[in-house]
Amino acid sequence: MASPILSVKNLNKRFAGIIATNDLSLDVMPLETHALIGPNGAGKTTLIAQLQGELAPDSGHIAFNGADITREPAHRRARLGIARSFQITSIFPGFTALANVALAAQARENHGFKFWTNAANDPALVAPARAALETIGLDHRADIVAEDLSHGERRQLELAMALAMRPSLLLLDEPMAGMGRQDGQRMTRILAGLKKDYAILIVEHDMDAVFALADRVSVLVAGAVIATGDPGAVRADPAVKAAYLGHKG
Amino acid sequence: MVDSALKPAETGFIARTLRESWPILVVLALLALAPTLSSALENPFLIRLFTRAVIFGMAAVALNFVLGFGGLVSLMHAGLAGIGAYTVAILAFHDYDGSKLFGVFAGTGNLAISIPLGMLLSAFGAALTGIVSLRTSGAYFIMITLAFNQMLYYFFVALQQYGGDDGLQILASLDLAGFDISKRATFFYVALAALTLELLFFARLVDSRFGVILRATAQNERRVIALGIPPLRYKLAAFAISGAAAGLAGALWATGQQFVSPSELSWVRSGDYIVMAVLGGMGRVWGPVLGAIVFVLLEAFLPSWTQFWQAPFGLVVILIVVFLKGGLIDLVGAKGPRAPGGGGH
Repeated sequence: MASPILSVKNLNKRFAGIIATNDLSLDVMPLETHALIGPNGAGKTTLIAQLQGELAPDSGHIAFNGADITREPAHRRARLGIARSFQITSIFPGFTALANVALAAQARENHGFKFWTNAANDPALVAPARAALETIGLDHRADIVAEDLSHGERRQLELAMALAMRPSLLLLDEPMAGMGRQDGQRMTRILAGLKKDYAILIVEHDMDAVFALADRVSVLVAGAVIATGDPGAVRADPAVKAAYLGHKG
Repeated sequence: MVDSALKPAETGFIARTLRESWPILVVLALLALAPTLSSALENPFLIRLFTRAVIFGMAAVALNFVLGFGGLVSLMHAGLAGIGAYTVAILAFHDYDGSKLFGVFAGTGNLAISIPLGMLLSAFGAALTGIVSLRTSGAYFIMITLAFNQMLYYFFVALQQYGGDDGLQILASLDLAGFDISKRATFFYVALAALTLELLFFARLVDSRFGVILRATAQNERRVIALGIPPLRYKLAAFAISGAAAGLAGALWATGQQFVSPSELSWVRSGDYIVMAVLGGMGRVWGPVLGAIVFVLLEAFLPSWTQFWQAPFGLVVILIVVFLKGGLIDLVGAKGPRAPGGGGH
């Protein structure tokens, strides 16, 4: 059996007495789409933030491609190949869509101390940025300033930025959040197209999307994984039904 | 507005500058006429006025690189300019009386040595304080830079050997690698050339990879980190570059006045530079030049109208900021960006 691309062991995180992550262990296999579901406040975003490096866990270990990254700062994890999209859209509102993605491509190249050449004309940045926008289906909006994009388009843009980082693992925190049915379905189709090329850990409330995309599902309740398995088995699990799916009907 | 947001320049740097930044070319051309106008009207006050505008403009442009494009509200740029000014003045002091600085270094009146040294020391001062201040943000950053500004102010007040509170007269004759630039008109053209080069430098810088990272950090630092870019080193480099440019303005200020005084380093002057940048427009590299010209003109002519000239001055600033959200650059059709750091040159 292949070794996991991401391996989380006994992770703990408390905020002033609230247990956000409770002895959590989780694996994401190469090219697996692993969905993380759970009620509000279960600690899903806190977990994503610890995996990306924005938050430091109190104890436990995170390994990426076999190497311990528990103490690596966020920017280094990004360069190792972990890309996160945020629950609340996080882009550069004053740049065009293309410039947003070009900066992601630039981050990968690590040549930030260039002081004279115009970055917006640099084919080494623009070409991969256009390619990422095309993959996401946003290339026709490349020259639009990001703050003028629709909500759905901004979510797509954020995904394009993640792809331009050439990651091997995508951490997607509710990529369909706030989207209408049509935009949500488009996003599901886009993610279905990315599935074969990336390992994905996705937090999502839209159960149709989760069961359409995920190879495996983990259910998070009160900071702990209460069930992991293929979507069908998780759906049938009585503990899961009681804790989560049951409430949603 | 869209074209300022990092759109590829199909037409190249020169054509783009002509299209987007023609107002500053007109302003620089008009400024170049100041010495002629001054001598035609036999009014030496005019050339002193515009020399002041050009040098304040240089300092405000330096500040705006980190303010308008980096989102860093620095209240220590008067202090940074002061380092450059005192470098020129102290080296000239030792050149004049033949003594040695720290008992080791001979003084010099050659600006080709003292100005670059002043810029270097200003950059060093910016970098050293930036290591502390740039770890904070918002109001804390403003307060820390204010504190550093006052530390610089009192440092130079305490230098009794160099005049302390009273300031330091430059008695040695200054030259630029052998060229005499002491004539008012000559000095004005040197300052104007320095401003032009500074604008060119920052115009290229804000659109470079480095500049893009700085502008992105101003808009969304968390995102920059998530992309794999550690922002602190870029902010630090930007602050040092801004400090060097402020040091250049200060060094030229000292040269033009033949005098430096701690009063030019007070935090109120730092605030003036912010006013110039906001007044002119932070969305363009050259916006603060317009702000500096208006600032200097108001400061010169309002007092002849009323001794409470700060009141109408404040009113003008408020009106401009309320009705032209992007500053004076809006007036000449070069709209500023809606988000910090979104602008072009």
